[in-house]
Amino acid sequence: MNVTVFTVILLVLAAAGFFMGRGRAIGLAAGRPASLHSRPVHHGWYVALACGLPAIALWVAALAIGDRLVASSVVASLPQDLRDASAPVLTRFLADAETLARGGAPVIEITPDLEAAAERFASLRALEHWIGFAGAFALGLVGFGLAFRRIAPAHHARQPVERVLLAALLVAAAISILTTVGIVFSVLFESIRFFDKVPILDFLFGLRWSPQIALREDQVGSSGAFGAVPLFAGTLMVSAIAMLVAGPIGLLSAIYLADYAHPGFRAVAKPMLEILAGVPTVVYGFFAALVVAPLLRDAGAGLGLSVASESALAAGAVMGVMIVPFVSSLTDDALAAVPQSLRDASLGLGATRQETVARVILPAALPGIVAGLLLAVSRAIGETMIVVMAAGLAANLTANPLEAVTTVTVQIVTLLVGDQEFDSAKTLAAFALGLALFVITLGLNVMALRAVRKYREEYD
Amino acid sequence: MAGAPTSLHMGAAAQRRLRRRYAREFRFKAVSLGALGLMALFLVGFIGGIVAKGWSGFVTTEIRLDVTYSERHVDAGDPAGGGFRPIVVEALRKVIPEATERDDMRALLGLVSNGGFVAVRDAVAEDPSLVGKAVEIWVPAASDIDMLVKGHVDRGLPEDRRRTDDRTIGFVDRLEAAGDIRATFNWDFFTTGDSREPELAGIGGAVLGSFWMLLVTFLVSFPTGVAAAVFLEEFAPRKKWVDVIEVNINNLAAVPSIVFGLLGLAVFLNVMHLPRSAPVVGGLTLALMTLPTIVIATRAALKGVPPSIREAALGLGASPAQVVSHHVLPLALPRLLTGAIVGMAQALGESAPLLMIGMVAFIVDLPSGPMDAATALPVQIYLWADSPERGFVEKTSAAIVVLLAFLVAMNGVAVYLRQRFEIRW
Repeated sequence: MNVTVFTVILLVLAAAGFFMGRGRAIGLAAGRPASLHSRPVHHGWYVALACGLPAIALWVAALAIGDRLVASSVVASLPQDLRDASAPVLTRFLADAETLARGGAPVIEITPDLEAAAERFASLRALEHWIGFAGAFALGLVGFGLAFRRIAPAHHARQPVERVLLAALLVAAAISILTTVGIVFSVLFESIRFFDKVPILDFLFGLRWSPQIALREDQVGSSGAFGAVPLFAGTLMVSAIAMLVAGPIGLLSAIYLADYAHPGFRAVAKPMLEILAGVPTVVYGFFAALVVAPLLRDAGAGLGLSVASESALAAGAVMGVMIVPFVSSLTDDALAAVPQSLRDASLGLGATRQETVARVILPAALPGIVAGLLLAVSRAIGETMIVVMAAGLAANLTANPLEAVTTVTVQIVTLLVGDQEFDSAKTLAAFALGLALFVITLGLNVMALRAVRKYREEYD
Repeated sequence: MAGAPTSLHMGAAAQRRLRRRYAREFRFKAVSLGALGLMALFLVGFIGGIVAKGWSGFVTTEIRLDVTYSERHVDAGDPAGGGFRPIVVEALRKVIPEATERDDMRALLGLVSNGGFVAVRDAVAEDPSLVGKAVEIWVPAASDIDMLVKGHVDRGLPEDRRRTDDRTIGFVDRLEAAGDIRATFNWDFFTTGDSREPELAGIGGAVLGSFWMLLVTFLVSFPTGVAAAVFLEEFAPRKKWVDVIEVNINNLAAVPSIVFGLLGLAVFLNVMHLPRSAPVVGGLTLALMTLPTIVIATRAALKGVPPSIREAALGLGASPAQVVSHHVLPLALPRLLTGAIVGMAQALGESAPLLMIGMVAFIVDLPSGPMDAATALPVQIYLWADSPERGFVEKTSAAIVVLLAFLVAMNGVAVYLRQRFEIRW
């Protein structure tokens, strides 16, 4: 018997409560549904919730508490030398004992100690599950009995059921808050641990980034290899190139679509941009690494320039193309918000379309456009796959877009992929970079929303 | 003044000014159209190039072997334990009898993929009565041979700059002339897992991994997202803390996906100790990432239902919860599903957060559930794109074609739902 089976049994109990409650309500109505205060469905839900909610809650609580009790009991039964072992060794041992108890293959060698611990795990777990389940099932039955007895034509079943529903909706809405809190805490805690090892000023203003040589604990700090300035500079350069591509192209195509294009042309061109927006970034990365980068290198060789095969230009240009649909769609929204009467007035005074766009529409739509561009910058900074595949790995503080640079996201990926240990400064550095990334993109988003709110002209 | 043009509006200077203004107008229009044209050109070159490259990835080269399972090499009692390299060499010598030197043998063995030897072994292991008999088997060619037959190897290059030497090319030409080499549709590409050898690698494992992952993502993010949107749109009081939730959801939508990967790593792996590389972790991480998309789409869908519907239902005595569940949600369903599908398509193409939670491992076995180690389709593309072998280039492109096909299909369903079921008020 495992956790899944027990959970399913409890759910079946609740389902049975629903059908019996509804059936009893229908029986009481005796063909006159109007005689009931609440509809039979509400009575059914009332019984189901009364028996299911406390039972499931107790079951979850029992598992959470029980698992800790079992673990500490197993630790207490271990021989002294194992209990005195360092925390990672003990954790590994317990994890493997658990794996063995489940019938899996442990990582460390199987010893009599491990087998004994596994056996203790298995028996205690079974006991824990049975006790927890018995308690939950009994509670469910009690809830069922109490709720079922209350079913009567005058019983107000709808209100409590709808209150529970509303609470569930509220919990769902709160999950977004929990996600934000989770993001902040997970990157913040690890970052604080990182800044214990590497001073925050060294991280923010250091000019040298080479985490590889700081793999060992005793080298950390002394090497000063965690200066993130080259990463910020690289990120800035790639994003700037991307915006140089995406800004003009996105703006101009949005203007053309909004102010020049026939409806038929629009119907073709907009889906084209939407297709580009839907292509996964890994595909852009593949294209940048396999087609654009060699193309630029060959073109550079033809002009007598040395272009790195992982140049910032290739990654930035392809990233720019990826962002064009984003810029264009946000600009389109901003242009559409400018009232037609302004256009008509300008054209009626004899201005050309270009003059109308440059002197009337763009100034009116500017806050929206600026907000769109800020969001696009935030996207470029956070974009990962294109730079992972097409930009370099070595931190290189340069202003030459033809050289290879690395970015914050590239370093997060290289520091974390394939790395299991969680205490080294190398791994923690990824979280510090993640914190920087989160703060910067959040700042840009907030600025974008502010820009729209503060400078928007109200025309209607 | 009759007849004489006024100097301000009709004079030569005015004419010049007008011409200049019109020229600027023309230039601006041309440049704007050029920007769009550039994107169209890119789209054609981009998608077209990948499809053209990927096309040959769906085709595989096979070599015909007239295999004789002589008792000398295969023991009838233990057919799987035989020595199959000599058997393959003997089969190939039936076409190229003069290949007897050591180097010739090595070249002959190099023609057949490792999977080919496995196929020769499996045939007799399955049917031990074949021992002592001759059979015809088509086996996959090695990746270098595959590339050669497909014309990806430049025969004009000097020998030391090619991966295939002149001797091997000669053998391949002989086999081709004898009709012993054919190109077939690579069904195995869709059913097998990853492999170190390009000719044996398939996307089956990655597609299954993506499937389990999306299932988890959908089951978590769809109900939660819809519930959150219903709360904010239909029930939320106009209070400060509701504003906080709203702003928060809009901000989450703009958080870089890799940050969600860090969250998944810290919470699901390091705190909750869920298995590394498992689709369930990827699914949960992507669920948190798609949640804002679904909430925003659902709110738009709910806003699209006119208030008169709600007022009518309320007027007939329905409770607010009944109004939503009996009337508003069913009416908003098409647009709501459209939003969900678009969110799922976004999750399907996402790879950065999956790199953080270990879904980049080299995994040969097909995952049979959300708890098995697996990789996802876009991550598989990333892994293959990083492989140095020439044969993986077309595999990568082929995998991209499959991924794009899935995305097109999903978006097609979304468009269909919108057009078929959407009610215009």
